[in-house]
Amino acid sequence: MSDAPLCGIARPRLDCDQEGAYGRRCVQTSLRGDTPNITTPGAVAIRPKATRRSAPSSWERLRHAWRRYHTEYLIFLALMAPNLILIAVFVYRPLFLNIYYSTLNWSLGSSTAIRVGLGNYIEWFTDPQSWTVLEVTAIFTVVTVGGSMVIGLALALVLNERLHFAAFARATVFAPYVLSGVGVGLTWLFIFDPAYGVLGQILRSLGGASPQWYLSSPWALAMVMIVYVWKNLGYTAVIYLAGLQAISHEVLEAADVDGASASRKLFSVKLPLLSPTTMFLVVTLMLSSLQSFDIIQIMTQGGPFGGTTTLMYEVYHDAFVNGRIGYSSTAAVILFVILFVMTFFYMRFVERKVTYQ
Amino acid sequence: MSTATRTASTGAAPGAGPRPEMPPAQRSVPRWVRHLFAGYLPLIIATLVIGLPLLWLILSSFKTQGEILTNTIHWLPGSLYFGNFSTAFTIVPFARVFLNSVIVTVIGAGIKVILAIISAYALVFVRFPLKKTIFMLILVALMVPAQISIVPNYVLVAALGGVNTYWGIIVPTLGTAFGTFLLRQQFLMFPTAVAEAAEIDGASHWTRMVHIVMPMRRSAIATLALIYIVLEWNEYIWPLVIVNDPNHMTLPVGLTLLENNEPGSTAWGVVMAGAVLVIVPILLVFIVLQKHIVTGLTQGAVKG
Repeated sequence: MSDAPLCGIARPRLDCDQEGAYGRRCVQTSLRGDTPNITTPGAVAIRPKATRRSAPSSWERLRHAWRRYHTEYLIFLALMAPNLILIAVFVYRPLFLNIYYSTLNWSLGSSTAIRVGLGNYIEWFTDPQSWTVLEVTAIFTVVTVGGSMVIGLALALVLNERLHFAAFARATVFAPYVLSGVGVGLTWLFIFDPAYGVLGQILRSLGGASPQWYLSSPWALAMVMIVYVWKNLGYTAVIYLAGLQAISHEVLEAADVDGASASRKLFSVKLPLLSPTTMFLVVTLMLSSLQSFDIIQIMTQGGPFGGTTTLMYEVYHDAFVNGRIGYSSTAAVILFVILFVMTFFYMRFVERKVTYQ
Repeated sequence: MSTATRTASTGAAPGAGPRPEMPPAQRSVPRWVRHLFAGYLPLIIATLVIGLPLLWLILSSFKTQGEILTNTIHWLPGSLYFGNFSTAFTIVPFARVFLNSVIVTVIGAGIKVILAIISAYALVFVRFPLKKTIFMLILVALMVPAQISIVPNYVLVAALGGVNTYWGIIVPTLGTAFGTFLLRQQFLMFPTAVAEAAEIDGASHWTRMVHIVMPMRRSAIATLALIYIVLEWNEYIWPLVIVNDPNHMTLPVGLTLLENNEPGSTAWGVVMAGAVLVIVPILLVFIVLQKHIVTGLTQGAVKG
């Protein structure tokens, strides 16, 4: 129970109730309003009453609670039910159903499925294409997460200077994060077009040639990674900026007094203090990179020759292009295991709370 | 506060205050040089790298095919040419598709906000013995990646006849773990005194929720609504799998039709016109409400 006498702020009259819902007596507070006096006799009188209430056995308490609050319980259930049912049906159920589907050989739209046990998993792990998928996924994730972190931190350091125009720059950098991945993908597809895109034209005017962004796998992967970092950079920068602004001035002033150089301050003071932010970003960015879909679907559709097919894209492609539900669910389960392990380690890290302040 | 009065080193804290003596390590480089190369220059480059592609998108949507398919860059369209937009409208029923997007966004975001409000209210203000467990279930749901549930959800919704329907697009994404979590944090900070006072006064839960809690937390609710509007408008993978009839497509899905229309030589002007239709509405919302959107989307992140 909270400190009751704080009630007096708006309408002190409200506090006075001979037998209120909490079974307590009239709480006297100063009628002057803003500064209720915590030590009024009325406030002290609550305490013995509160302790007496917790005395009976738990069973008795429960029965008592039900008799007293069953309308509350029903209201709670009525308010929570729609959301809980939706979450159960569309979040939890698919999670377990994926595991079941992954043991089936089942075509999309077909009414019959054949149980194959671990057959799909054996096929997935022995198919050389799967290792390409894992390799593409790993490269995509490491490069997009690393790229956003390094560039995002640099940007945050500059934005933190609070120069003129920094607010505008911050808004501009954040903007792509809220825009449709489909629209962004199409825009960049045009810019990268080797024949008529503005990038190719600039490269040619400088005496170079445009790489075949659409047709060669390393370039196609580079292209989707550039666009992904471009779109999500602002998020990283703003989170880092908030982290920087939370660093206390005393610490930085102490470093100044000691005559630390700017780079020394960055590596020995700011980065260690930012480590919880960095850890948070590594995990959230990895989770979203592993799930990225829009840009790949719009720009390359996983091609050329699987050069941009990540695990997430494989889940979609196997189910809705190849029509193999069971095999797609196998990939989904593998993806989920990867995501789950990462979340688990992050939670462990948060529990330990590595902070320096 | 003017920049002249603050410490000018690259790494100095904001608001560290004026100091008469600069540390020796930083005095060697003039302040304006540092400001230029470690401040304004990177800032301007970043703004251009992010801003120019968006500008290029909008400019290109007004260019004629001749201005696009050329070997010399035409930076600006010769005139305001609307042909790309009218062509796009003949390929995709954009009026219908745009309306679909608006309907899905308004209904979807609206229901999600209501669900988040009532769930968070119940979790904070209504008595129930298993609240902690229920909240944990919601927290865990927050961590389950939505993307991997598309196949089982497709199987279920298709079996119920939800292909090419509004409810098929909207319902499966309605469970609101994120919004419940966000509003619960906000409601927990609600002054207990006010809530108890209303309860003692005999106000029903309905009155307390609608007339006391919601008005006092309206900025948090508005921020949540904004986030859901943005997410719902941009949602792609689910509408993509559950809709195949152009008349039921949302904008992001409808745009795919433009891209597929002419393989080989893409009609870029037309595609850019389509991209403008999906990007510009959210861009305008963002320009007006950018502060709320940024705080809303990055809220709670730094606490770890």
